[in-house]
Amino acid sequence: MIRLLSAFAIGLVFGTGILISGMGNPAKVLNFFDVTGTWDPSLAFVMSGALTVAAIGYRLAFRMNSPVLASEFSLPTKTDLDMKLIGGSAIFGIGWGMSGFCPGGLVPVLGLGLSGPFLTGAAIVAGILVARGITTLGSRPSPAQA
Amino acid sequence: MTEFTPILSFSGGLLIGLATVALMAVHGRIAGINGIVGGLLSLNINSDWAWRAAFITGIVTSPLVLLGATGQLPEISIPSSPTLLLAGGFLTGVGTTLGSGCTSGHGVCGMSRLSARSIVATMTFMATGGVTVFLIRHVFGG
Repeated sequence: MIRLLSAFAIGLVFGTGILISGMGNPAKVLNFFDVTGTWDPSLAFVMSGALTVAAIGYRLAFRMNSPVLASEFSLPTKTDLDMKLIGGSAIFGIGWGMSGFCPGGLVPVLGLGLSGPFLTGAAIVAGILVARGITTLGSRPSPAQA
Repeated sequence: MTEFTPILSFSGGLLIGLATVALMAVHGRIAGINGIVGGLLSLNINSDWAWRAAFITGIVTSPLVLLGATGQLPEISIPSSPTLLLAGGFLTGVGTTLGSGCTSGHGVCGMSRLSARSIVATMTFMATGGVTVFLIRHVFGG
């Protein structure tokens, strides 16, 4: 129960940060990208604030033997710069530039009950499931050629 | 036009960073929203599923924190048409799944650990995002 309450509370802080920062406001996100037009550099300040705290805080956290409520730190182990990483990220950027919503910006805004965010969220879920399907098919050994 | 809000945006960023560190220090997990939502879409409902659901519920509830603190809900404006939202959302889901992360996972968690994969991913999606907005606004005149 304490794990769930803690995760909920951390979610509240994360979402509040997103909403205050402007990352949940597509008009602001798209203007950040629009350097040659109505440029709004605010989101660079979001990134610098988040990175400052995360870079210092992560270092302090990793000095502990284990997380407070878990047995170990779960960190990604991949290190290769493959086409899946670069191609996938390129596709994500195109999608982000079309809608103005990244996943982290979208979730807190769902709480406002507007239709646009739900439409975007449904499409993101569809995209996740389709990409998983592609990945599963791709990793299956191809049938032996006769 | 949107108002330039360096102090508010930086403060929001500090909170995002704080939550990111807390999720690692307390739960040992990367605060990558796409990965966490993706985990919720799994049919395997285990203890990981539970903390993910609690975390996402907290995020969805966060407008109420702002309402309580300031007396008003955050104002957002969505310039894109429903078609662009649908297409953009779909590409976001596909791209973050193939690329193993989004702005929070690669941009904040990974970059702060100086992960080469995350730095490359973040530079890539910021670049294609910028090009996309340029094309939509200044070439196709959206």
